[in-house]
Amino acid sequence: MGLLSKKDSKLILDPLADNNPITIQVLGICSALAITAELEAAIVMSISVLFVLGLGNVVISLIRNIIPSKIRIIVQLTVVAALVIIVDLVLKAFAYELSKTLSVFVGLIITNCIIMGRFEAFALGNGPWRSFLDGIGNSLGYGVILIIVGFFRELLGSGTLLGIEVLGDPIAKTGLYAMGYENNGFMLLSPMALIVVGIIIWVQRSRNKALIEDH
Amino acid sequence: MEYLELFFKSIFIDNMVFATFLGMCSYLAVSKKVSTAVGLGAAVIFVLLVTVPLNWLLDQYLLQEGALAWLGEEYAQYDLSFLSFIMFIATIATMVQLVEIIVEKFSPSLYNSLGIFLPLIAVNCAILGGSLFMQSREIPTLGLATVYGLGSGIGWFLAILAIAAIREKIRYSNVPPALRGLGITFIITGLMAIGFMSFGGMLTGGEEEVKEAPKEVVIEPKDDVKEEDKKDIADNTLKIVK
Repeated sequence: MGLLSKKDSKLILDPLADNNPITIQVLGICSALAITAELEAAIVMSISVLFVLGLGNVVISLIRNIIPSKIRIIVQLTVVAALVIIVDLVLKAFAYELSKTLSVFVGLIITNCIIMGRFEAFALGNGPWRSFLDGIGNSLGYGVILIIVGFFRELLGSGTLLGIEVLGDPIAKTGLYAMGYENNGFMLLSPMALIVVGIIIWVQRSRNKALIEDH
Repeated sequence: MEYLELFFKSIFIDNMVFATFLGMCSYLAVSKKVSTAVGLGAAVIFVLLVTVPLNWLLDQYLLQEGALAWLGEEYAQYDLSFLSFIMFIATIATMVQLVEIIVEKFSPSLYNSLGIFLPLIAVNCAILGGSLFMQSREIPTLGLATVYGLGSGIGWFLAILAIAAIREKIRYSNVPPALRGLGITFIITGLMAIGFMSFGGMLTGGEEEVKEAPKEVVIEPKDDVKEEDKKDIADNTLKIVK
């Protein structure tokens, strides 16, 4: 990559796989599970987190030397809350239906552990540009998992992707449905999100033995 | 009756962990031992019990559209609800700090057992989630808001207690290596969540529940699936009840 030095590009690429925020660092699970019943919501959520984490990391990194460490949590929360309010208002203005789907989970980006975790672990000790890259990398890693989970849940649960019926019409019995295929409505319910993430973790760790925990 | 209904509903049906996945991060991170899980669970109950009613008051008298009417006519049309995120989180962070100081002063033993968990709680999504759900579900009175806070706290406590106990035992089981730790915890939580879904029909009450098999509504994705999708998981659970 010409634009980024090797060290910088590592900041972006690492969280995508071997240091993934959801499957390895165990951060930001709540929203990952709750809004992935359809792909569109998962994508919007990823973009929101990308915005909040990228900008938030820069802001925190810029003011890191003037925050008294005792009140840093409150300062961090204020910064995130301000950014999340922007996201929320933009969603309400341009994608009202979707903002209803996401409901309180937009607000819950504030307490998404990914954000606080990256602030604490990275932005407080690094310059703005590197923090920005770290924010982008981690939110992309988060987004990848969200989109994978959303993809499978929507495809298997309602036979659609982004609202388009890719497997045929379940009522008119066309496409796959003509052969007796049925949607697995169970995928739309919340417990399956947990199990899908569990399976992703399983696959990832079987491919990379170094990640295996001993209980 | 209303109180009791909301209480049990918030513990079992709308369980924070199993129905809405709130507070999953600390749920996964602090559930390796039962004793620490109990400490964190107790702290969550306590903080939810305090912050939900407090935020209810804020919402009612400061943030909602027309909430400022008590200040006088000219303030009645203000709608400050866009500030609710920042107000709620500020209340929570302050309350957590305050609770920490008070507990440290008056009950050092409780402080020693809860102490390290309290700062963690400010950023626990279960706490903010409690307040946000309280707002979006439009809980009508202060008493109900308190009951809701208490109930959700107890629900969260139950969940973390259960998973901690299971994780202590599973250490001696032969889990596939790649699933050990996080993976198996996710899958067990999923199975527990399925179990908790069976509470769904609990509060329907009367014969109505018997006539229509309640779960069908959600499980069969027909043409109304689009609308189904639009609700979040929490609403899905509500739907089971109806």
